[in-house]
Amino acid sequence: MSAVRIQQRFVDNIGPILVIVRRELKDTLRDWRIVLPIIVLVTAFPFLANLAASRGMEFVNQYGAKLIIERLLPFMMLVVGFFPSSFSLVIALETFIGEKERRSLEPLLATPLTDLQLYAGKLIATTILPVLASYLGMVVYLLLLKFSLHWQPTVELLLVSMALATAEALVMVSGAVIVSSQATSVRAANLLASFIIIPMAFLLQVEASFLLFADYTTLWLIALFLVVLNVLLIRLGIRVFNREHLLGRDIDQLNLSYAAHVFWEAAWPHHGLKALYTREVPALIRRLWPELLITTVVTIAGGLYVGMWGVARFPLPPEVFDTTTISSLESISSMVSESGLLTTFSPWAVLFNNVRSLLVGALLGLFSLGILALLLLLAPIAIVVYIVAQVGKIGFDPWAFLSATVLPHGIVEFPAAILATAQAMRIGDIILTPSDEGGGAVGIIRELGHLIKLMGSVVVPLLLIAAWIETQITPQLLLRFLGH
Amino acid sequence: MIEMERLSKQFDTLLAVDNITLTVQPGEVLALLGPNGAGKTTTIRMLSAILKPTAGRARIAGYDVATQGHMVRRNVGVLTEAPGLYSRMSGREYLDFFGQVCRLSTKARKERIAFLAEAFKMSHALDRRLGEYSRGMAQKIALMRALLHDPPVLLLDEPTSAMDPESARLVRDTILQLRSDAQRTIIVCTHNLPEAEELADRIAIIRQGQIIEYGTAAELKARLLGPPLMEIRLLHAPHNGAVALIERFATVSDYGADWVRYRTPDPTMTNPALLRALATSDIPVVTLSEVAQSLEAVYLRVVWEGKQGNGELGMGSGELGMGNGSVE
Repeated sequence: MSAVRIQQRFVDNIGPILVIVRRELKDTLRDWRIVLPIIVLVTAFPFLANLAASRGMEFVNQYGAKLIIERLLPFMMLVVGFFPSSFSLVIALETFIGEKERRSLEPLLATPLTDLQLYAGKLIATTILPVLASYLGMVVYLLLLKFSLHWQPTVELLLVSMALATAEALVMVSGAVIVSSQATSVRAANLLASFIIIPMAFLLQVEASFLLFADYTTLWLIALFLVVLNVLLIRLGIRVFNREHLLGRDIDQLNLSYAAHVFWEAAWPHHGLKALYTREVPALIRRLWPELLITTVVTIAGGLYVGMWGVARFPLPPEVFDTTTISSLESISSMVSESGLLTTFSPWAVLFNNVRSLLVGALLGLFSLGILALLLLLAPIAIVVYIVAQVGKIGFDPWAFLSATVLPHGIVEFPAAILATAQAMRIGDIILTPSDEGGGAVGIIRELGHLIKLMGSVVVPLLLIAAWIETQITPQLLLRFLGH
Repeated sequence: MIEMERLSKQFDTLLAVDNITLTVQPGEVLALLGPNGAGKTTTIRMLSAILKPTAGRARIAGYDVATQGHMVRRNVGVLTEAPGLYSRMSGREYLDFFGQVCRLSTKARKERIAFLAEAFKMSHALDRRLGEYSRGMAQKIALMRALLHDPPVLLLDEPTSAMDPESARLVRDTILQLRSDAQRTIIVCTHNLPEAEELADRIAIIRQGQIIEYGTAAELKARLLGPPLMEIRLLHAPHNGAVALIERFATVSDYGADWVRYRTPDPTMTNPALLRALATSDIPVVTLSEVAQSLEAVYLRVVWEGKQGNGELGMGSGELGMGNGSVE
């Protein structure tokens, strides 16, 4: 293809996007109800933050705690960046649904614009103002700090803060545009906005703790995570964007009986136990192979990495491992009970605990695209790695310890947990790649039904066996390992 | 041209458009009439590739609405039910934006906007904000938007609603001119029956998603209201002889003090012969004229009979009551 044709194709595809961006921006900047509060937020709020910082500095200086307030100054920078961008979210929230309510959307949908051009144009237009407002708020705050406290951030701190502010604004806008394209009214979109702003506000607090310890590596990782999340949200938004639904859907219909039917069809073994184990479960597992592979690799590799990192970072003194306290089955049982992890050291208590953890993982996976379900399984593996390695460091044979205390029940428990977590990941994946048939909600309900089917037929029976081994056999092997 | 073949649209439990087969040729205006919720707007939205048909197919200027939506939208100009303007933009900015979206060059946009503003007598208002426009002016701007890229197919939903009589006349003349000048294919949805009669070459009456009557205004009147109704006024009160004489030529439907009304399927043959017979019988005639039968009467009858559900006027599964074939 010649350069001229490539250039022409680029202009044909990008041109209409830029036309929409220009119109939307112009329209937004003409609306004083949006512009005025943003101006106030990027000027008055940094001023107040600066005032608070100055007073705080004066106060802590009396006690020689200047370091603490200096670590809080960058956090205030994030906050002054967050506020205007969260306010500007209103632009993204009403970009589609607001136009629908004003009845100006249909003429736009009837133009030769493609879905992608329309969505991209709206997304870019609604992103620019929140990001700029965020930068402006931070710059004003930093200038005020420079003049009042003669404080300025390091280059890395400035860059990571800008990256976080940008990534947060991008994620919020991408989420809000999805909400706007799927909601049936501006009011519904505004209600749903809490699901965007509240997690971001929590994340801001998490970032504050890392800023306090100047852990910039983790902050960069958070920014990277947000960028990845943003890419996934944009992909999701484009995939679920549908001009027909946008125009045709006026009422939120909650068809509970249909949802229950879908769930029941997916969860219940309608063709009997034989068909369940010979056809249905194998078919579900075959379909899950990408998620099974990812779950296995990520949890084992991640658990090893985090466990070994823990060993290097937080080595335990040998006296922690006082083997004399572990002398009998009763002592093991009472140790477990005293730890607060289980009420009693019985197969049912272990089973209940494990099932609960996996279901919580699946629930968290639903809201985190499967990521939190993975992390929840990765954590115990990391703990096992950490303890086994520590045991090896104080002179025991780690492999023998692993074989005696983890493998007997782990060999049954781990595949069950992998299977449940893989299914939880699939639920998250359905959110990102909703099928045309029945939409995303139906797909999620169906996959939840499959989760229950897998739990009932495979996971819980395996966990029960594992729990029996863990409470009846593993303690004896541990005692034998310790020489009792 | 516009071709619809067994076109249907189902929304959850609602069948909004049911098995419509219809063709509109270039240079032809079709009026879609029907009560609110009959499926007119859904049909227009499917033809403008905003909604996808759930069954059947439609082609606009040779492009399939389901698979070539982008090309369909390039070839149609759509006047939506509501003008739906951006109130903070001026009329000129608004039209320029849609011109850019339709990939018109700067020069073409300027020329086209100036031409349409002149045609619709809107030049004076183009630089005012759209939020300040009256409903009629907004409707004109929306119509200019639909015509901006000079599309071969026009889908106009209530083109003259909210307009004053002068503006409505202007718009109707423009539509007629558009049809004849450039052989455009035009569908007009309207509740204004005289307007439909004036503009449309053919009329389709739609109810509950189905086309229940189709044809020219004259065909519909003849089919539904019977043969033309003539009124003859006599100098003297009609006596039995006059009525009996007229009945030899046509069907007398009514008569009064000095008048007789009769129906004849072929007035051009019947009337001269009747007048000759009356003159021969020495019955002086004052006037002979056709009694106007309005499209409104046709429409009300069709809709009423459809509501009765007697099936006498219904067309079954979307074939248009013209034997077994579909309508061309």
